Amino acid sequence: MLSFIIRRTLIIIPMALIVVTLTWGLVRLAPGNFYTGEKKLPAAIEANIKKKYGLDQPWYTQYGMMMSNIIRGDFGDSVKYQGQSVNEIITRHLPYSATIGILGYLLALLIGLSAGTFAALKQNSSFDYGSMSLAMLGLSVPNFVLGPLLVLVFSFWLYWLPPARWGGIAGLILPVCTLAAIYAAYIARLTRAGMLEVLRSDYIRTARAKGLDEKTVLFRHALRGGLVPVLSFTGPALAALLAGTVVVEKVFAIPGLGNIFIQSVFNRDEPLILGIVAFLSILIMVFNLIVDVCYGFLDPRIRYE
Amino acid sequence: MSEEVSTQKPTSLWRDAWRRLLKNKLAVFGLCVLVFMVVAVIVGPYIVKAATGFSYDTMPTDGNLARSMPPSLQHPMGTDDAGRDLLARVLQGGRISLMVGIISTLVSLLIGVSYGAIAGYLGGFIDNVMMRIVDIFYSIPYILIVIVLLAVFGGPSTPEWIKWLSTNIGGAGNQGLSQIFLLFFALGLVSWLTMARVVRGQVLTLKNQEFVLAAKATGVSTFGIIFRHLIPNTLGPVIVYATLTIPSVMLTEAFLSFLGLGVQPPYASWGSLAADGIKNLAIFPWQLIAPGVTMALTLFSLNFLGDGLRDALDPQTRKF
Repeated sequence: MLSFIIRRTLIIIPMALIVVTLTWGLVRLAPGNFYTGEKKLPAAIEANIKKKYGLDQPWYTQYGMMMSNIIRGDFGDSVKYQGQSVNEIITRHLPYSATIGILGYLLALLIGLSAGTFAALKQNSSFDYGSMSLAMLGLSVPNFVLGPLLVLVFSFWLYWLPPARWGGIAGLILPVCTLAAIYAAYIARLTRAGMLEVLRSDYIRTARAKGLDEKTVLFRHALRGGLVPVLSFTGPALAALLAGTVVVEKVFAIPGLGNIFIQSVFNRDEPLILGIVAFLSILIMVFNLIVDVCYGFLDPRIRYE
Repeated sequence: MSEEVSTQKPTSLWRDAWRRLLKNKLAVFGLCVLVFMVVAVIVGPYIVKAATGFSYDTMPTDGNLARSMPPSLQHPMGTDDAGRDLLARVLQGGRISLMVGIISTLVSLLIGVSYGAIAGYLGGFIDNVMMRIVDIFYSIPYILIVIVLLAVFGGPSTPEWIKWLSTNIGGAGNQGLSQIFLLFFALGLVSWLTMARVVRGQVLTLKNQEFVLAAKATGVSTFGIIFRHLIPNTLGPVIVYATLTIPSVMLTEAFLSFLGLGVQPPYASWGSLAADGIKNLAIFPWQLIAPGVTMALTLFSLNFLGDGLRDALDPQTRKF
């Protein structure tokens, strides 16, 4: 178990470097640069800018410099937001994204798990059909359509909630619900499928045969096994959550990391792009590792090599 | 009883699957909506043009009066903020959205199926390396890479070969069409991973069967065995997975168009139409609702059809 964790942790570093290299290559392969705009710069100024950012060096020197900086955890300064380091920008904007991301996923878990479990227990009931159709609807409505529709109904028609205002619970409700919808739908479907399979398995029959009451069978035995597919969805969900927060931040004008990332891509702000990509890749890989470790707790039949 | 057996035709896998699919009401509903939608986006623009005289880029002649009109008999879905008929635009946008969904899925099929089949059939060290590469790609937040890819290669800096393709196949070499061709590849490139895993798993179970041995004995080349004998046998799961890839690709396309990275004017997709509609949400909500609901309905049907196909083609993994 410990060696498994250590091995997986060590793999994360080269993988993150591969991602950074890939992104760097993409940004560099494209024609143009962050300072090329509508107007052509005078040659002398261009030469000065190139010198300042080391762009006059051959590409392998630049790559080496970039890599050695990143390995030391120094992503440099943003080239667009003068005088601000990438680390500063990330720590300033991360809390917004993290708040809606975490709350959104928790809400999705709450709705998805309860709806999925209940649908599996009452299989083929009207609740089952209703909630699963609703889940399919949740999978099919793009979040940038759902978000504005919620704003339309709850802000412009009913005047219940603010359309976009950070701070306070009222301003969080709509963004979090928008973000949670699609994951709640996924989790509900996965939970239902997993629970249906588990409820038919031998160890549940054994538990019932021992004379355990239905509550213990459900919560102590069945739910543990039924949660495995939900857990394996957590890794992809986190990656998709990133895309979701980009949309939600744009729709509700939240100054989160997603918004900053899109800005940096449009600005060709290379240090900021690389910094955010590296940070988010490592975040996702660490979460994937945590998920893999959690399997063992949920399903004792899983062994680590 | 015996008569019944003798008159019954032998049922093939596909006939069987088709029968099971027809029993699934939701999947049939999805199939019907989908067929309707495909026919609508193909012939719809001509019908609208013939009936009302509007095409997706017809600017109103009466100037500001026709801008952002609510739905009416003349404009069943209203007009957008430039006064263009929204129904014609939604139908035209559907062409692009569905095309991006289908072609990107085909690109991902091409890569994923060959990759998975080669890895699975060759096995051993090569399989190990190839699948490790897939694992690495899996843990990359691909959406970030796609955003970077489209931002740096989109617009005026589209690679020459994409421009060439859009000129020679698409018929117009303009920037908007090049961007759509770029989307095909960008989205295809990121959605082949699961397909490769599915096909590899299938090939692993198939490659030790007698028909492969027979092919080997008669001297069929490795290439021939993989592409003529093994891949056709993986078709079931591939079709199921492809049906479920189309809606996810369409969602990603809409997401990118919403960010301004996907389909660009003069072209429009459901995603870019919805993104335009959001600007006027408070006053002219139909500009979001019309493309948004059409898109949601299509994805809804695709998901139901995909689920139904999975149950029909692969009864063992049936979700009870």
